Parts: sequence; structure tokens; C-alpha cells
Amino acid sequence: MEKRTVYMDHAATTPVHPKSLEAMLPYFSEKYGNPSSIYGVARESRKALDDAREAVAGILGAKTTEIIFTSGGSEGDNAALKGTAFASKSKGNHIITSSIEHHAVLHTCHFLEKFGFEVTYLPVDNYGIVDPDELARAITDKTILVSIMMANNEVGTVQPIAEIGKLLKGKNITFHTDAVQAAGALPLDVNDLGVNLLTLSAHKFYGPKGVGILYLKRATPFLAQQQGGGQERNRRAGTENVPGIVGMTTALKLAVENLESNNRHNTQLRERLVKGVLGSVSKVRYNGHQTKRLPNNVNLSFEYVEGESILLNLDMMGVAASSGSACTSASLEPSHVLMAMGIPVEIAHGSLRLTLGASNTEEDVDYVVSLLPGIVERLRAMSPLAAQAAQ
Amino acid sequence: MYSELVMDHFSNPRNVGTIADADGVGTVGNPVCGDLMKIFIKVKDEHIEDIKFQTFGCGAAIATSSMVTEMVKGKTLEEAEAVSNKAVAEALGGLPPQKMHCSNLAADGVHEAIKDYRSKVAGKVE
Repeated sequence: MEKRTVYMDHAATTPVHPKSLEAMLPYFSEKYGNPSSIYGVARESRKALDDAREAVAGILGAKTTEIIFTSGGSEGDNAALKGTAFASKSKGNHIITSSIEHHAVLHTCHFLEKFGFEVTYLPVDNYGIVDPDELARAITDKTILVSIMMANNEVGTVQPIAEIGKLLKGKNITFHTDAVQAAGALPLDVNDLGVNLLTLSAHKFYGPKGVGILYLKRATPFLAQQQGGGQERNRRAGTENVPGIVGMTTALKLAVENLESNNRHNTQLRERLVKGVLGSVSKVRYNGHQTKRLPNNVNLSFEYVEGESILLNLDMMGVAASSGSACTSASLEPSHVLMAMGIPVEIAHGSLRLTLGASNTEEDVDYVVSLLPGIVERLRAMSPLAAQAAQ
Repeated sequence: MYSELVMDHFSNPRNVGTIADADGVGTVGNPVCGDLMKIFIKVKDEHIEDIKFQTFGCGAAIATSSMVTEMVKGKTLEEAEAVSNKAVAEALGGLPPQKMHCSNLAADGVHEAIKDYRSKVAGKVE
């Protein structure tokens, strides 16, 4: 088969949608005014910012005053957790999260532990799902915050956020969800979800990098994490990233408008990819839940081989993907998500994440399916683990 | 992230395989850490006459295994014992810093194989 260029790492980032790029461009050097100023060119920026805020609020079912523009997912998660925790300290010091959160949440929790907060890291089942009953049992009279991601970035498992929102209702506990991976695949109505805070990042839904959204429900305890000018109603200082916000809003509108067709496209390709690989490679596991997963996520573990080696081989053939192996991170540990799901450590090292997107075609999927058996076979031929297992 | 030479050894590893009647076998690493190397040597007149490896691991683990087999093949045991993990990494034109401590074990594997050979020889003498 002829070599192709195939991007299957849409959970890492996505290309900017042409319409998003087009919408942004005038705000760099034509309509460049600072939205806080009063003259004409600034009023154009202010108008763009106000329009964007209104559109985002409409999509989330929120009020415009509840939308904070940020620099992305990590800032949103940091601000949500620290902002709530420090503002609620007089009420309690207990936080509940899950063991499969993104590091932007987990490492922020570790940070808060240094300041006297106690954190419960809920386990997950073999599919990577948090049990709402277990969450309910973890609540104490000191619990101030619950943070559970809407969908996992590695295995794509979708969490029962609305159910957790219901059980927290009337409990005076702040509920945050990291919805970074969910945008464009799942409905984001904050009232249906029952959340106080929700984090989004533009570059995951075909918007630009370096810009995001934090939904902050009215009357939620919150201590601003960035001091300076009075932007974002004193909740996030700094001159607004107007081009980024405009581009993000265009991308979000498109993602929401085309949610169903995009999900159909991705689901169809995902099923083709999974069926193709499971049918052509032995000793492979499909990690995560069959149906409660993001339409674009495929996570596989190949026994006896290591993930980075698979990635390097795929890269040589023009395919961009990702792995949960320790070798692709800065630590020696393989993916904390796969470990929390009870996947044996040596098998977690052999994981491969392929995340589909708008540009992918059946030909792309068939190309990847055609490559993997040879790559895995070649690596297994030199693996002492495969030799041991064969004995 | 990897040099061309590393990628060359990764894509076309030298001396992959096993030696059924090996004189020494060295195993280093641990699948739990994501790297496991097995080195097989055939020794004649205190020289490494033949060497093969099997490796489970990342690009650096496979490339260093391949490189060390080239570096010590035909050498005396003493010369092979003097080859360090660092020398293997240098011969490959360097490795990314995070790979230096976890995946750069191939020379240790050779040393273990030589140790295994020596202990077998000692056993025979007694």
C-alpha cells in the first residue's frame, strides 16, 4: 500500500477549522484594539468579545456573566479547583476527584494537598467509569468540591456527570467537570449536567491553541487566581485574547451544529478500525467501554510490545498517534488511567491511542489496519516476552 | 527526538535473535518498567564470537541493544566488559535525557552475559 499521511491524534490537538481561522484573522492587525479602551478600534474588539460571550453562553445554557475566557484547559482546571478550594476553606477542606483525571486536575489536587486540603481519588471500574454511589459515600461534612471529568482523554470513557450532578444537588458542594475532551462529541448544557464549573479548551474542537472557557455558575465560591486589571469581571485578569476567543467561538458553534454528523462519522470509522485491528492482530485488548466512550477514541494494548516502538514505526509510515507507555511521558510510570482500570503494568506499556477526526477517511483507517499486524509482528519477533509466552 | 543513527538501529536492528547453545545469557530490565533485554553470547578463546539480543522496550532500548552487539562482537571479554552504557549512548550520537536512565541498559546486559559465562566456566573447572 502506498505511504500516506494520516493524523489520528485528535485528542492531543486538532487543526484549526478554516472558518475559525477566517473569523480570527481581522482581529490581529485590523481590529486590534484593546477591548477595555473606549475609541473606535477598541469598540470593535469589545463588540466581538461580547458577541462571543453571548454565543458561548447560549451553547452552554449559561448567562453571559458566567463565562470566563481563559488560556485553555490547564488554566480552566487550575482556576476551577484552586479558586473554589481557597474560597471555601472556612467551610471545609475535602475534595473528591477520580484517579483517571487529566494531570491538570490531579497535579492541582496534589498542589492543594500541600495547603491543607484532603483529596479522595475515587477508583474506577475496568472500563474506567466512576461509580456515583461510591462518590456519594465519599462525601463528608468537610467536602467542598467534587471534580470529575466528562470524558477521559486516554480511553474516551464517558462519566455519568448528570447523575453525579443530581446527587450533589442541594448539598452545598461545588461540582466541576473537565469537559475538554467532550466538546464536540457530547451535549454541554450546564443545567442538564448540574455543574457549577465546566472547563473547555478550544484546540480540542478545531479552534486555536492558547484559549479556553471556564463556566462559573453564579454564586459559586471563587477566588480569582490571576490578579491584575479587572477583566472577566475580576475573575481573570489580563487583556483578552480577542482573535483566539473569536476563533474559538466560531469553532464551538460549528462543533455543536455538526455534533451528530461528526459523531456518526467518527463512530463509523472507530468501529471499522477496531474490527480491523482485532481481526488481524492476536493478543490485543480494546481498552475502555464499548459504548460509553467518545465516538473518536480507540485505545488498544498489544501484549509483549512497547507503545513507543509502535508509535515510531507508525510515524515512519506517516501515521501520527499516541501511547500510554512510560516512554512517551516524562515519568517511568505507564498511564495512570490504564493502571487505575486494573490493566497489568506490562500490558499498559504496550498501549496505543488512535483518536479520529473530521479529516480521517475509511482509506486512512484501512491504511492503519494494514500496517499494524506487520509492526506488531516485527516487534514481537524481537521481544523476549513473546518468546517466554510461546514456551 | 532520536538521532538518525538511533532510528537506523531501531528500524534495522543488528543481531536480533537467540543463540540456542549460548555460552552466556544476560537479562536486564523489567517488563514492569517497560524495558527488558536479553543478551546471548558465544565465546571462543576469550573472545565474543557471536552475540544476539531480544528486547522488549522503546526505541532507545532497541537501538542500544543493537548498537552494543556491534560494539562488542569479536572483542575480548575484557574489552567488552569495559564498554559502558554511556559509551553505547555516545556511539549512537546521544539519547534524549529521559532515556539515559531508563532505557540505556544494553551494556549491562552484555556484562551480565559475560558474568553468566564466567560462572559456568568456573563451575566446569570445579
